[in-house]
Formats: sequence, C-alpha cells, structure tokens
Amino acid sequence: MVPTTYYVALSAVLFGLGVLAFVFKRNIISIFMSIELMLNAVNLAFVAFSQSSGKLDGQVFVLFVIIVAAAEAAVGLGIIILIARHRQSLNVERMDLLKL
Amino acid sequence: MNAPLVVFFVLAVLAVAGALSLIFQKHPIHSALSLIVVMVALAGLYLLMGAEFVAAVQIIVYGGAIMVLFVFVIMLLNAGLEEHTNISKLAGFPGILLALALTGFIGATVARSAGLTQVTSGNGNISGALSATRELSTMIFKNFAYPFELTSFLILIAILGAIVLAHREN
Repeated sequence: MVPTTYYVALSAVLFGLGVLAFVFKRNIISIFMSIELMLNAVNLAFVAFSQSSGKLDGQVFVLFVIIVAAAEAAVGLGIIILIARHRQSLNVERMDLLKL
Repeated sequence: MNAPLVVFFVLAVLAVAGALSLIFQKHPIHSALSLIVVMVALAGLYLLMGAEFVAAVQIIVYGGAIMVLFVFVIMLLNAGLEEHTNISKLAGFPGILLALALTGFIGATVARSAGLTQVTSGNGNISGALSATRELSTMIFKNFAYPFELTSFLILIAILGAIVLAHREN
C-alpha cells in the first residue's frame, strides 16, 4: 500500500511545476496547458484523499473537475483562435491592449 | 520494497519528467505531447489507487478529447517556436520563488497533517473494483444528481460559446 502522503507530495510537485510553466511560458497555448497540468495535480490529491478516507466523494469531485476542464478548454481555445486571428501572434506579451 | 510502491515511483517519475518536459520544450506541440505523458501516468496512478472509472475517464476525456483539441488548435494556428523577450526573463526570477514557495507551503501542510490522514487508510467502503464503480455511479445519480444536471447546462453553454467565438464572420 502506498501512503497517501506520497500521492499528495507528488500532487504538490506537479502543481508547483504547473505554476512554474505558467510563469515561464510565453506562448498562450502553453500557458493554457500548464493550467491543465495544475488541474490534474489537484485531481490526484482528490483521488488520494478519497482513497485515504474510504469515501467516494473525492472521485465524484474529480469527475466534475474534468467536466469543467473540458468546458474551459473548449471556450478558452475558441478565445485563443480569435486572439490569434486578430493579433497575428500567440505571444502573451503582445497582448497589451489594456496597458496604458 | 513492495510492488505497488515500485509502480508508484515509476509512474511518479514519468509524471514529473513529463511536467519538466512541458516546461523545457520550446515548441507547443512538444509541450502538448509531454502533457499527454503526464495524464497517462496519472491515469496509471488512479488505477493503482483503485479508482478504475476515474482512470478510464482521465484517458478518454483528458488524453483523448481535451488534448486532441489542443493539438488541433496548435496545428490550426500553425504555432511555431516560442519567442523570448527581456521581460519574460525578468518575470522568471520571481516565478521560481513563487513556485518554490507554493510547493513548500503545500509540502509543509502535508507533512503536518500526515499523521491525521494515515489513520483511516484503506479500510472504507471501497472494496472491489466493480463495487467501487457501482458505488460511484449511485453517488453521481443520487447524491450529486442536481450538480450533474447543471454540468450538462455548462457543457451546452461551452459548446455555444466555442461556436460563437470561433465562427468567422464575413
């Protein structure tokens, strides 16, 4: 039996790497993918706690997170297509319309 | 060292390597393929924890649907190598600090609560593979019936939003 702490530690590491990718990446699609990585890290913690407590609520939450992530990916990628069409670039530093 | 622990470490190393590769690859399509590796490794971990249904959904929805959508958009937009600017290097330094602080904070919380989470480990109502999936379906359609119906509305709105956003007006 693998201790729950190991799973949660792995989840923390994956979440940290997701934050790192979010900050470092300049391509808007890569930034979006790092958000998915963070969501996956949280899902791992959910399933680990579900297994540890012996209740299935955590797994139900994971299913809802996956559904919301799918909806988010559909809308987000639509927005990305729109931005890329208007600005001719995927670099987030060129998206500075709100800057004074 | 027992077998589940070995499987855990193999899958954990695979997942962390995939996440690192996501950061260090310069081309978005390589990052997307690295993310698929992470997701498949996580599906293996879910199997190891006895969450078969979640593992199947992870592979089908995340590895199948969402990542195909990502790869499709990358190819549609013909995304090339990432550009580097001075500002992004400047943002990297606080970024490392932020990520380390977050990981450390989560790790400290985990280490403090480790004794608490060990208590009920492994003896709950999750017994066999079939019963766990059956229990899960009962929970979704009985206890979580209302949120489940709401997600169908969410998906519908997301479909409409994606169509409206990506539609090219002449």
